[in-house]
Amino acid sequence: MVHDMQNKDPQNIFTFISRSAPYGSNRPQLCLDIALTVTVFGQDVNLVFWGDGVLQLIKGQAPEAISSKSISSTLETLELYGIKDIYVDEAAMNKHKLKPSDLVIEAKPSGKEALLTIIERSSSVFNL
Amino acid sequence: MERDKIVRFSIVVHAAPYSSEAAASAFNFTKALLHQGHEIYRLFFFSDGVHNANRLAILPEDEINLQQQWDNLITVNNLESVVCITSSIKRGVLNKEEAERHNLESNSMYESSEIGGLGQLVDAALNSDRVVNFGS
Repeated sequence: MVHDMQNKDPQNIFTFISRSAPYGSNRPQLCLDIALTVTVFGQDVNLVFWGDGVLQLIKGQAPEAISSKSISSTLETLELYGIKDIYVDEAAMNKHKLKPSDLVIEAKPSGKEALLTIIERSSSVFNL
Repeated sequence: MERDKIVRFSIVVHAAPYSSEAAASAFNFTKALLHQGHEIYRLFFFSDGVHNANRLAILPEDEINLQQQWDNLITVNNLESVVCITSSIKRGVLNKEEAERHNLESNSMYESSEIGGLGQLVDAALNSDRVVNFGS
């Protein structure tokens, strides 16, 4: 059985919660890959960096030293793909002593309550 | 089950079999959904989850071959099962067409799944009532 690709509702909101540090696993890259694919389908995307996921956003990474590709360049393309609703975990920012100016992209600092609201308003949530 | 209580699910698996319970849980969950009369729109395997479609696994006699169980479940229930191409070819999970394209002598994927892309994951999310992810 094979389904044709179709879109029954143009009002879908996809939320991606990226919760892993970069380079230790492929989860951050997977999360961005799926989020970017969703934009190709013309759907709304929320991107949330939660917990250790905030470490992906730090400026000046040099992953060449461990033979990895930088995640920063993908992050910088998000705006070109129309992903503007980007949130970052306020508590994790404090924990890692990060300021908004330490990050490669602009993200709205948010707490648990805000995250709950975002999830409630979403039609699909991916947690990676 | 009454028609209006049927829920349309898609199941996303990004964990390999055996190293964690996730892939086996995905399998048992899918089986339970079918048993209860729900609809499966699509199975989507990506990242390490593509190993679930490897047909070359050999298991000790007293252990369950999860790949074979998936193949059986997909075939018997005529499910649509998609394996992400980017994830699968770098892990050596190739169907006949991909093996030929890359000039390899053998292929390693069950024919019950097809090779596809992330677009089919997004399509599954758009056309299912529920998408359930199973990963590490």
